[in-house]
Amino acid sequence: MTKLTGSQILMAMLKEEGVDTIFGYPGGAVLDIYDELTRTDLRHILVRHEQGAIHAADAYARASGKVGVCLVTSGPGATNTVTGIASAYCDSIPVVIFTGQVPTRLIGNDAFQEVDIVGITRPCTKHNYLVKDVKDLARVIREAFHIARSGRPGPVLVDLPKDVSNSKVIFKVPDEVELRSYNPTYVPNRKQLSKVVELIKTAKKPVIFSGGGIILSKAHRELADLAQKTRIPVTSTLMGLGGFPATNPLWLGMLGMHGTYRANLSISECDLMIAVGVRFDDRVTGKVDEFATNAKIVQIDIDPTSIQKNIQVDVPVVGDCKITLEILNQMIDHEDLGNVEESREPWLHQINEWKKTTPLKYKQGKKIKPQFVVEKIYELTKGEAIITTEVGQNQMWAAQYYHFDQPGRFITSGGLGVMGFGLPAAVGAQVAAPDKFVIDIAGDGSIQMNIQEMATAVQYNLPVKIAILNNGFLGMVRQWQELFYDRRYSSTMFQHAPDFVKLAEAYGAVGLRATTPEEVEPVLRKALSTPRAVIMDFVVEPEESVYPMVPAGAPITKMLLV
Amino acid sequence: MTEKKHILSILVDNEPGVLSRIAGLFSGRGYNIESLCVAETNDAKISRLTMVTAGDSVILEQIKKQLNKLINVIKVADLTGQDYVERELVLIKINAKAEHRAEILRINEIFRGRIVDVGLEHYMISVTGDSDKINAIINLLKPYGIKEIARTGSIALYRENQTKV
Ligand SMILES: Cc1ncc(C[n+]2csc(CCOP(=O)(O)OP(=O)(O)O)c2C)c(N)n1
Ligand SMILES: [Mg+2]
Repeated sequence: MTKLTGSQILMAMLKEEGVDTIFGYPGGAVLDIYDELTRTDLRHILVRHEQGAIHAADAYARASGKVGVCLVTSGPGATNTVTGIASAYCDSIPVVIFTGQVPTRLIGNDAFQEVDIVGITRPCTKHNYLVKDVKDLARVIREAFHIARSGRPGPVLVDLPKDVSNSKVIFKVPDEVELRSYNPTYVPNRKQLSKVVELIKTAKKPVIFSGGGIILSKAHRELADLAQKTRIPVTSTLMGLGGFPATNPLWLGMLGMHGTYRANLSISECDLMIAVGVRFDDRVTGKVDEFATNAKIVQIDIDPTSIQKNIQVDVPVVGDCKITLEILNQMIDHEDLGNVEESREPWLHQINEWKKTTPLKYKQGKKIKPQFVVEKIYELTKGEAIITTEVGQNQMWAAQYYHFDQPGRFITSGGLGVMGFGLPAAVGAQVAAPDKFVIDIAGDGSIQMNIQEMATAVQYNLPVKIAILNNGFLGMVRQWQELFYDRRYSSTMFQHAPDFVKLAEAYGAVGLRATTPEEVEPVLRKALSTPRAVIMDFVVEPEESVYPMVPAGAPITKMLLV
Repeated sequence: MTEKKHILSILVDNEPGVLSRIAGLFSGRGYNIESLCVAETNDAKISRLTMVTAGDSVILEQIKKQLNKLINVIKVADLTGQDYVERELVLIKINAKAEHRAEILRINEIFRGRIVDVGLEHYMISVTGDSDKINAIINLLKPYGIKEIARTGSIALYRENQTKV
């Protein structure tokens, strides 16, 4: 049998796992691996900063449904990925990160570019490995991919000392993974589900509360089926957007801190909440003691730790969202729910009243309103684009005014809220979906955090569109200062900003600007018809705020409105 | 809700870094570790970690789930409320002036301890038992002047014909 080096084994195993694209940045500790790359047909996207690589891999995973892969060197290369790893961990995104490491004999000696990345990332990975012997490498890679994509997905890091990547061993493709200590529960307990059916039968004001778990488990059809046949309205978290069609009349909009009036009121009024693939984050619940106090709560999740963590639930169901909803739907088909059209009418009517009296809205003005830009993007892309976002007001307006009908279209750093996520995410999503419009709805602050990835977009002819909602502020922080700190704008106004049009041009991309509402549509049309990377600088109303808003720690019914 | 002491018996992969994952989980989430005792089992690939922790029932449930979520954790059993045997070993170095020697020896005998080291001015006593017994002897010996103490923390096993771990 032939012997392979660790680097060759890595390449063979990546192929074995179905990987064709990786995002990375080279350095001393991964020289052998990068050399081996030249002898494969793997596509390597050379980013401009390792944080870009991990965010791109994250978005690639979300847009493609595959595991994202990222390769970086030891020390600073590895630490530069930490923010992105933590973000992928919060959002349960399957990525495998390969980091170079100093040779095993130097580990622990404070060698040049040595850092204990396994130690650093322990609390923000689903699992991680330091491979000390090339004999273990193939098995570890197999386990890493298995762990990343199964159960509740998440990032897995594999640390590869330089001597492991260049020493040889006989290579055999390892068998399927068997981990005695890791067996996620996919199939739910039917007894629990019969309780759910009973609750559905008697509920007068039920609500489905869906989250990222719907998208991760591809349960969107089952969710729509459940809602449709029981006529139960659906709200979702930020991470769940696209899991239920926003154009469906049963859609309530997002809930929580910047949720719609009708979503938040439905939650506090409902008598049954079916929570699927959510973790009751504080941005969603507001004051926990006053969250859904009238409701029996059912929670379906594959991760038992998500259940009974923040909210006491009446019917916990551990299982994969898709499989669970499938079974639940079948069980409901064997039941007589009566005429749901009729029995649901008063509840749906009430919700419609809330929608009529207090819809999502904003006031037009002389200056461009950021919400208007997002509405126009929605209109012109017919809701078909992949939208990535930065963090702040831009993110919330994207969530409120772009209506997602399909999963995998809204890619945002939800749990960690990483400014600088959107542009590298757009790069990763565009690599995964070359024929789709990929648009980063950005803030003028966030975009400067990973602006270097424009060079990546241009180098690989990725026609990503960056729509900067340029308010001259760290807008979301400014909004809190306006509302809760007597408008003391401490360090939230930029005294200097780059000329984003010239900046785009300097990167070899196209730069466009709109300063009046009339210019918005032409600029967008121009951008969408340009087959290159484009930055659009929308100079918007500087002190516009995101509404509704629930002040931190308040009950979600206490919304500040426009 | 009331805080209660729980003894958890945790089987883990006998690998470097596993202890740090568990310690990190507890510090990161603000859970309590009152004592912790780890060693290999009869299967060299598995270690048993016996931990005494405290919390109300909601916290305890989270602790157990979070432990189970760690890839290297094979099994978690909460022994509290079950029929189990608990043991802890303590070494007590105590001032032993001539006029106190007899009394100290008597206490030692009552607790079935052993004198493992003797000097002109001190004894070292070794005692095993559950933590209540250990606490009791320490309290009784305190008046004579304890110089140093080393406790192992509890280890425990189910009694036979119970669910095994
Ligand atoms: C890396 C990082 N640093 C700081 C923050 C805190 N933060 C949240 S929103 C925000 C302002 C974002 O400004 P901008 O990108 O211009 O977006 P806007 O809110 O103006 O739309 C800040 C500083 C963050 N979320 N991420
Ligand atoms: Mg801004």
